[in-house]
Amino acid sequence: MSSRFLLYLLKRFGMAIFTIFLVIALTFFIMHAIPASPFSAEKALNDATIRALEAKYGFDKPVIVQFFNYLGNLFHLDFGLSTAWVGKTVSELIGDAFGYSATIGLSAAIIALTLGVVLGAFAALTRGRWPDKIIQVVTTALVSMPSFVVATLFLLIFALRLRWFPTMGSQPGGLVLPIISLSLYPMAYTTRLERSAMLDVLGQDYVRTARAKGLPRPKIIYKHALKNALGPVVTYAGPMMAYILTGSMVVENIFAVPGLGRLFVNSMMRTDYMMIMGVTIFLATLIISLNLLSDILYKLLDPRIDLR
Amino acid sequence: MIMQNNDSYQERSKRFFTLQQTPDLFAPATEEDKAQQVLTKPSVSFFKDAMARLRRNKLAMLCLGIIIVIALVAFIAPIIYPYSYTKQDVTAQYLKPFEYSAKEQAKIAKGENIFPHIMGTDNLGRDYAIRVIYGTRISLMVGFIAAVIVVIIGIIYGSISGYFGGKVDLIMMRIVDIIYSLPDVLIVILLSVAIKDIVSQSKNELVIKLGAGMISIFIVFGLLYWVGMARQVRGQILSIKEQEFVLAARASGAGARRIIFKHLVPNCISVIIITAAMQIPSAIFTESFLSFMGMGVSIPMPSLGSLASDARIGLVSHPFLLIFPALTIFLIVLSFNLLGSGLRDAFDPKLRN
Repeated sequence: MSSRFLLYLLKRFGMAIFTIFLVIALTFFIMHAIPASPFSAEKALNDATIRALEAKYGFDKPVIVQFFNYLGNLFHLDFGLSTAWVGKTVSELIGDAFGYSATIGLSAAIIALTLGVVLGAFAALTRGRWPDKIIQVVTTALVSMPSFVVATLFLLIFALRLRWFPTMGSQPGGLVLPIISLSLYPMAYTTRLERSAMLDVLGQDYVRTARAKGLPRPKIIYKHALKNALGPVVTYAGPMMAYILTGSMVVENIFAVPGLGRLFVNSMMRTDYMMIMGVTIFLATLIISLNLLSDILYKLLDPRIDLR
Repeated sequence: MIMQNNDSYQERSKRFFTLQQTPDLFAPATEEDKAQQVLTKPSVSFFKDAMARLRRNKLAMLCLGIIIVIALVAFIAPIIYPYSYTKQDVTAQYLKPFEYSAKEQAKIAKGENIFPHIMGTDNLGRDYAIRVIYGTRISLMVGFIAAVIVVIIGIIYGSISGYFGGKVDLIMMRIVDIIYSLPDVLIVILLSVAIKDIVSQSKNELVIKLGAGMISIFIVFGLLYWVGMARQVRGQILSIKEQEFVLAARASGAGARRIIFKHLVPNCISVIIITAAMQIPSAIFTESFLSFMGMGVSIPMPSLGSLASDARIGLVSHPFLLIFPALTIFLIVLSFNLLGSGLRDAFDPKLRN
């Protein structure tokens, strides 16, 4: 078992690394298909600077050589220089912004997963009665609302009208609304997943056996049912992080949080190619790694799963 | 074979292993025996049965009705509606729903008939209802095209992978695994940045009208969105390809293409319908998300996402500009979601809980 698991880990790691490589190559070649030079976008640079920069990053060389140079630089976390924010490297800018995005993303993920599992299990246990019905109606509504709609409505109601929270994310307490608006959709989705997984498990023979043995109800729920109903939620955790990280882009813009998403959108507005490439690769690597993590966790949780 | 009467059947079953044939086995059937063979009910195909189940689901039918009404409005209203989505009117900025501008009120006083601004007007004095209708049209189109792309590519890819199995399957599914973990939104954004110049210089009117954002969305749907469908179809085909009717088809000389499209794919119809229905809201979400970030359709063409984004200017004084597109997108996605789960219940009764 353990050697097979090791082999599985190795395979998945290999695939994840290949996928990351693919993203880097895709990003690089898509951006290089644009006729303009990465440095010709901003008027702030003069000819000599452009030439110096092009020499530094080897833009006079063939594309394939440039690609391997870029790839080599990535290993040293050198994403190149930003052209819109003069004098800053892409890595610095990403580093500054990532703290905000990580705070928002992690908090949203934790809220979504814990609340989702609790509400989902609760709905399954009260199946057909009013708590279940309320939870079902609310979650159905929530999974039909894009995060940007929720965020803009929150901005309008809680920040602009009621003034309970600041409108700017950088002010104290300003991250509360972005976190809540980002967590609602994945929370509702997790609830639905957990509910149906829990219902599935509660109908299984071993739960009936546990009940027949006379085990107390809480023990059956926690030990037998809940633990086995976590699988679908764990597999969803990876795609959920992708949703949160990309959804963070609009939410950060709505609440003016100086995070990665805002940086990304700003660099797009100012056509900062190095920045766009850097953030894309950074985010994609993050998403792919988190996907890998949730897959491995799933396999660890459920040893019955066929390791392929 | 029709037994003449119960006695001879019992008698025969006692001597089950005997090969001896008694003459009474070959006697002609009586009218009574024949009557037993007549079908009392016409046979119902799985598809018809599922559709009947769907029709009994009131919520799903209501959602289907809402979708049809929205689609009809979105595609017919622009033809008969008196305002255009581009027409600006500085005298009619920020009108509330059913409010008339001073100029229009003067015309009404003269006895002219002026069509009301059902949802008011926006910051440039454009009629908002027609803009929301056009936005709805974009959303529905994106959902529909995504579903078509997903169905076509997903079925072909999934069925080939499932039918041939072995190494082919392994390689094809590895590719699917890789595509599955690619972040689609990021790639759409990247692509739309990259092809912006090419699109804006294009001579094709449709290309310009759609804009770099929409074209990238469709390209990425074609490249990445079908993997879920491919997985589902492959799984279904793996489970049915060992059945006898496939063997019979192969024995009578049918080729791979015929077996796949005549025998296997029709048996996957339930997963195909369910997966396609689930994919539509997700496609609509992606489009509105990108439009909200300013990367969807190009101006002045509105989309529900870009309308919601534009509404952030003057949000406090004109919340209607946010609420109308937000409600529309909510209604569309909600209806598709509920219809999707209705379809799942109808086509896969085992899954219902």
